Amino acid sequence: MPVSDPHPIASLVRPSRTRTLNKLSGLLEPHRLILLALFIAGVLAAIQLMEWSWLPGYLPKLWEGLQMTLIMLVSSVVVGFLFALPLGLAQVNGIWPLRWLATGFCTVIRGTPLLLQLWLFYFGLGALFGQFPEIRDSWAWDYLRQAWPYGFIALTVSFAAYQGEIMRGAFAGVPHGELEAAEAFGMSRRKVFCRVWFPRALHRALPTLTGEIILQLKSTPLVATITVMDLYAVITQVRQTTYLTYEPLLFLVAVYLCLSGILIVGLRWVENRVPY
Amino acid sequence: MGAPRDERTNGKRTCNRDTRPAQAIRLPRGSERYSLTANQGDIVAIIGGSGSGKSTLLRCINLLERPTSGEVAIQGETYRLRSARHGDLEIADRRQVQRIRAHLGMVFQNFNLWPHRTVLENVIEVPIHVLGMKRDEAIHRAEGLLDRVGLGSKKDMYPSFMSGGQQQRTAIARVLAVDPLAILFDEPTSALDPELVGEVLAVIRDLAAEHRTMLLVTHEMAFARDVASHVVFLREGIIEEQGPPEQIFGDPRSPHLKQFISSVA
Repeated sequence: MPVSDPHPIASLVRPSRTRTLNKLSGLLEPHRLILLALFIAGVLAAIQLMEWSWLPGYLPKLWEGLQMTLIMLVSSVVVGFLFALPLGLAQVNGIWPLRWLATGFCTVIRGTPLLLQLWLFYFGLGALFGQFPEIRDSWAWDYLRQAWPYGFIALTVSFAAYQGEIMRGAFAGVPHGELEAAEAFGMSRRKVFCRVWFPRALHRALPTLTGEIILQLKSTPLVATITVMDLYAVITQVRQTTYLTYEPLLFLVAVYLCLSGILIVGLRWVENRVPY
Repeated sequence: MGAPRDERTNGKRTCNRDTRPAQAIRLPRGSERYSLTANQGDIVAIIGGSGSGKSTLLRCINLLERPTSGEVAIQGETYRLRSARHGDLEIADRRQVQRIRAHLGMVFQNFNLWPHRTVLENVIEVPIHVLGMKRDEAIHRAEGLLDRVGLGSKKDMYPSFMSGGQQQRTAIARVLAVDPLAILFDEPTSALDPELVGEVLAVIRDLAAEHRTMLLVTHEMAFARDVASHVVFLREGIIEEQGPPEQIFGDPRSPHLKQFISSVA
């Protein structure tokens, strides 16, 4: 006997194009137009009145710096996230030594400045490695005597700790009943994790993840203090050789704003693909 | 199917020795106050006041909750349990439990659908990933089941966009998809708005008509009386009285049951 379905409460509707147009038309109000004009005037004035002749000559170096910034960001986010999963899981579900370790790690890393960690890794660990001839003679020394591995390690460790804490909350926040249903249908623990717990936790963590990645982007300039040539380090060089203060910094502002903007739009797109 | 016996629970999780009525302690084990048997095709309604252990009893059958003592057998196969350090029983053979669970469907009070999957994906999840069914076949069967519970047109929706009644019907389709030996209903209509209760009860009644084995914890007394072949009244974690519905509702013996029936009627 099929049950009739008299009143559907809601149905899935994709936001249509017209709605996007409506959103744009909201920008066309007088006070917004005035602000927009002021902003454009400001940019034009900066281009006209300030000194930008250094820019073309430094473009290749800036491009390299940008690449280094992006490599630092992407690699530390990806690897850090891989470490964040066990860190979060251990805090929620681990046996006590693991839980204790994971909580301790997250607390210590989140409780100390990233700059300090960076220097401890570079000046501390880096100097320590140099004292062992075995390491100095090994293939690894080619990498270990450079600065970027320490920048990468510090950024990764930091991201793992912050994200581990977020994943802890995300894992703990998945309603127990959903996991229980999976269990009641005879799923193994691994299946429950792969099919229900992890995807649900990931979806719940996505909005916070976006914020963390933006924060991570803005942490990357710290690696300039250990001689990694990222975008910020290149701009510092420009300032020292051209004796200009504001132009390179304004350029840096523009680049970071663009990067943040792209990240926000991209990550929001990913977030919106979660359909419920 | 072979064994006449589908489920048997013997011993109560919530039964705390100190709070047991003195008379109950003297009863030998295996007496009707401590055990419950559902045969193939039985529809067992479990009733009782709040906190009487109805849900606990039901959840002991698929070991979502571990009994403190006693045993549970499904089709003659007894769960292997061992005593844990703090005196409770714990699962000794996880694989056995998973194998048996895969053939017991459970419908929860709060539906517990997986919100990151569509209605159809919810229904095919267990057949594909636990029972190893082919995807095409699972989808084909699922579509038939969704038609049957009146949700054929909603198969691509996400549960959070549906009413409680629709979600619970999806949950029932999800259970039917594993072709269960027995279905455990844990207060399937308690979280629903009053006007949505009917559509879910209609589906359950439909299943009752084809003599599926079901154990049903419910507060819908009229429905229990109507549909059940056997009624169990629980009080303080033990079975106070059990029997056919006519006897339980028409001629209750225990004063507690009398009082309970007059208070809910």
